[in-house]
Amino acid sequence: MTLEEWFASWQTRLYVNFIKDDRWRYLTDGLWVTLKLTFFAVLLGIAIGMVISIIRSTKDKNGDEMRWGIWKGLLYIADFFARVYLTVIRGTPVVVQLMIMYYIIMVSSTNKVLVAVLAFGINSGAYVAEIFRSGIMSIDNGQFEAGRSLGFNYVQTMRYIIIPQAFKNVLPTLANEFIVLLKETSVAGYVALQDLTKGGDIIRSRTYDAFPSLIAVALIYLVMVMFFTKLVNKLERRLRSSER
Amino acid sequence: MNDKKTLIEVSHLSKHFADGKIKALDDINTEIKQGEVVVVIGPSGSGKSTFLRCLNLLEVPTSGHIYFEGVDITDKKNNINVHRQKMGMVFQHFNLFPHMTILKNMTIAPMKLLKKSQQEAEEQAMALLKRVGLEDRANAYPSQLSGGQKQRVAIVRALCMDPEVMLFDEPTSALDPEMVGEVLEVMKQLASENMTMVVVTHEMGFAREVASRVMFMADGVQIEEGTPAEIFDHPKSERLKSFLAKVL
Repeated sequence: MTLEEWFASWQTRLYVNFIKDDRWRYLTDGLWVTLKLTFFAVLLGIAIGMVISIIRSTKDKNGDEMRWGIWKGLLYIADFFARVYLTVIRGTPVVVQLMIMYYIIMVSSTNKVLVAVLAFGINSGAYVAEIFRSGIMSIDNGQFEAGRSLGFNYVQTMRYIIIPQAFKNVLPTLANEFIVLLKETSVAGYVALQDLTKGGDIIRSRTYDAFPSLIAVALIYLVMVMFFTKLVNKLERRLRSSER
Repeated sequence: MNDKKTLIEVSHLSKHFADGKIKALDDINTEIKQGEVVVVIGPSGSGKSTFLRCLNLLEVPTSGHIYFEGVDITDKKNNINVHRQKMGMVFQHFNLFPHMTILKNMTIAPMKLLKKSQQEAEEQAMALLKRVGLEDRANAYPSQLSGGQKQRVAIVRALCMDPEVMLFDEPTSALDPEMVGEVLEVMKQLASENMTMVVVTHEMGFAREVASRVMFMADGVQIEEGTPAEIFDHPKSERLKSFLAKVL
């Protein structure tokens, strides 16, 4: 094969895989679904993670010193369920969770994106909860005592003093969790959701030519991850410089 | 002094750790009157910090009662948060809030808890900062301050709540030697303005000069209590004599 023939054959391959029948739209539409899915799953994950981590760290910090009563009972029950949630979610594969959500729990729903957002959000929430918890526990106890000594109650101390510092500390880790989630959503095709990966796979099944479509998909993920990683690094540097 | 009203009354206060095996405090009884400066001294591990932290219930006593302005704050029915507003506390490690400016450190509690307006809180904070010579650092962050400056800010942060009593937990122990003086100076000034103070410290010079009463503790027990002259010049117990021999 001469160099010219090689170029010509590649031109055809690219044409067949991406241009013909507007096949590039599988990639752009898929990318849009992937981004939507990731964004809302992250929001849900942060919300769940915040609640779970506050329950867990409140129990760890104060559980022993509280008197037995309705509040302590509620806290211990909530902590028990939080731990069950963390164990189950972190102990099973996300694909299985996604399929359970689609085929069992939300079987009557026709909104696949919603199903996937719930599945990935609930999954991510478990990891975010542990990130937040480590952030809260890493704040020096003196901060807590200073808040309480001024007369703030537990909730006010958490709100004004502990959580703002904890959130700032874990922001880079949180952003990394977002990047991980972006890649993890690539299994959304298991419930027939046409995300970026599924889009590439559809092209492959139409053209019987795996290389261009799958490499294109990989490149799109790579570029996005590199972009977000750069953003995170920038954020990290800025946070560090504002502190000292 | 007897006509002054009693601000804090401590009755049979005990604090045990590890299911009673360790007695950090054992049956402490004392009264702190308005305007008094009580300095608590003793070897490390004697329970003097625990005693101080029990006064505003940062440490929950195992048994005994603490009456603040006649109210039993160890009774769970009473809201401790309200009483803590009137008990300022200064810590060994300053514990300023690193994510807030100095001004914000000082105004957040008065604004959120006493419902002061921002302007009112800031005016008060600036006036206090001026008194400790730090008004030009109002918009700095704690990390930009020296240890002595941080501790002076911590003192005025507590003063912003208009407390009835100030509790000092080894306020100079974490400071470089050259910064101890500036913090003690602020404390002396406070004492001269008749602020009621309870001070846990290793600064014997400060105790002798400023204290209206000195309390000596060892192994969780109050051994001797008296005026600085009584404690430093005429110690009665062997325990105090040997302690003073080591530190003076």
